[in-house]
Amino acid sequence: MKGYIEIDQELCKGCEICLSFCPKGVISLSDRWNASGYQPVVFNDNGGCTGCAVCAVVCPEVAIEVYRD
Amino acid sequence: MTKVLMNGNSAIGEAAIRAGCQCYFGYPITPQNELTEYMAANLSRRKGCSFIQAESEISAINMVYGASLVGARAMTSSSSPGISLKQEGISYLSACELPAVIVNMSRGGPGLGSISAAQSDYFQATRGGGHGDYRTIVLAPSSVQELADLTYKAFDLADKYSIPVIVLGDGMLGQMMEPVEFKHEAPKKLPIRSNALRGAKGRSSKIIKTFTSKPAELEEINWSLFRRYGIIKREETSYEAFLTEDAELIVVAFGIAARIARGAINTARTAGLKVGMLRPVTLWPFPTEIIKELAARTEQFLVFEMNMGQMIEDVQLALEGRGEIHFYGRPGGVIPTPSEIFRVISRLYYQKGLK
Amino acid sequence: MKKVYTRPNSLKRNPFHYCPGCGHSVIHRIITELIDEMNLQDRAIGIPPPGCSVFAYNYIDIDMAESAHGRGAAVATGMKRAFPEAVVFTYQGDGDLAAIGTAETIHAANRGENITAIFVNNAVYGMTGGQMAPTTLLEQITTTTPYGRDRRIEGCPIRMSEIVAMVEGAAYVERVAVNSPASIRKAKKAIGKALQVQIDNLGFSLVEILSPCPTNWKMSPLEAWKWIDKEMTRQFPLGIIKDITGNKDAG
Repeated sequence: MKGYIEIDQELCKGCEICLSFCPKGVISLSDRWNASGYQPVVFNDNGGCTGCAVCAVVCPEVAIEVYRD
Repeated sequence: MTKVLMNGNSAIGEAAIRAGCQCYFGYPITPQNELTEYMAANLSRRKGCSFIQAESEISAINMVYGASLVGARAMTSSSSPGISLKQEGISYLSACELPAVIVNMSRGGPGLGSISAAQSDYFQATRGGGHGDYRTIVLAPSSVQELADLTYKAFDLADKYSIPVIVLGDGMLGQMMEPVEFKHEAPKKLPIRSNALRGAKGRSSKIIKTFTSKPAELEEINWSLFRRYGIIKREETSYEAFLTEDAELIVVAFGIAARIARGAINTARTAGLKVGMLRPVTLWPFPTEIIKELAARTEQFLVFEMNMGQMIEDVQLALEGRGEIHFYGRPGGVIPTPSEIFRVISRLYYQKGLK
Repeated sequence: MKKVYTRPNSLKRNPFHYCPGCGHSVIHRIITELIDEMNLQDRAIGIPPPGCSVFAYNYIDIDMAESAHGRGAAVATGMKRAFPEAVVFTYQGDGDLAAIGTAETIHAANRGENITAIFVNNAVYGMTGGQMAPTTLLEQITTTTPYGRDRRIEGCPIRMSEIVAMVEGAAYVERVAVNSPASIRKAKKAIGKALQVQIDNLGFSLVEILSPCPTNWKMSPLEAWKWIDKEMTRQFPLGIIKDITGNKDAG
């Protein structure tokens, strides 16, 4: 199963919960700062994402949308 | 319309039901329990209506707040110590501009006090007894008939101005039995306030809140409340002027004190003393204008209250230094007799050399 | 590819003011998912408390009215008695429901009021800066227990759900957490069940949610989410505490 996520960079508060629960390790902390002063996380589209949506389930900011085949 | 013999507390209950009261939430406290029990017997079984003996007076006023939010005519009652507990809830009702009727059958205080009639909750009632700047309409009946009439009116006033209304009675009025006539029938359909919180069907969701993180927003809310209070002052001030046209001495009294004073004044008139009475019926808004008018003709004012002197401040403010103001008060739940007040009146009358 | 996860319809688009990793954000989201799924937007009325979540109405798109501190269960009682068609829920913190609101909560449950209490337990008073809550753990450091909560002075943390479950009018009481994908899914199911218990007129329902407060616990979001499992669940065990419906599908 192939999946894909979109992370809203301005809603993300860099809490890093998503990346700690992601079973495929496709989320990492970015090296920039958003307008609210948080360091958001980014999606690494290396084909590993299965669209399991665990990241979206745990994201407090509802910053992640998930797509799946 | 037939007259029925009823005690004051029960008359309040019957009037509330006839006004379309849907919810009564209360708590036992002497001397108003006949009202709570009347609602238990007569409101609880009416279709769509709710009676709850709540776990506290605090809970009861918050249930009233909830019922009023969804558009119901809601009422609570208590006596002085319990009314103290309700102050936070009344502040919230005022902040949200919600109608509600709160009945205080006041008793002696402070503290647990006495169970006898007193008038020492005047400040609490008329100055917005909870926190923040607000006012509630305060009605002061003086007979069982007036308890019924003003309770009925309280619901209409509350809805008309989106404001809590306090019916300020006392332990004696509540216990008195007098013939009373109910001039209205209970409505066939319970009135539900439009614009209430009833679920966001066919419209966007509505928020009722009292908190803001922007002081400027709260400032405007305060101004807006007081603009409404200005309208109420103009339109709803009510009083009775009893034998004031030729009076050399005017007694100012409300509620049960006015009832006692009336007997004293009748005796005084028989004895040739030209005494009258100004009886405020709305304590808020206070009938300032009529007092100013009376002060143009009459110099001596005797304020008689069953407390240590509360309404007297409003009379002083109204007089603005004109005339001479005297005070006779008995606190703690002691109930003076008409002959006692007659002695006070006549002593003052002669002392001042009035004709 | 098709979208399999998106913002619930009844969750407003306002960015949350809550701290990174805060449980309120997650709980608001699962509530709004349920409002969408159970078609409650037209008839739900929510009662947020004083506290961090006083602004819940900025996020949950239903009719909402503030309550004074602790009085939510009484306000909900008045609403539901006057307007039984509404689905009324309170959203209360640990101080709101288990300190100042103890009487209102227990008695609303005792009367079997058909209302739902959502009880967010983060073992601390958040909005006011991290003071002790009734549910603060022994030895936990807060701004009013700077030497750690001491049983001799402050007593022990209170298990409010177990107390409420003892009154007969309580129909459904469950304790859940929002600190992992599995627990969040369970929490959502529990809240959904609680709302259904109300709709079915079965009595008072309460869902206690162990919720992270990274800021006042002085932890990172991930540490806070883990602390719930490590420490809180020992004092506040998860699971169904009371369920008169007999259905085993929630929790």
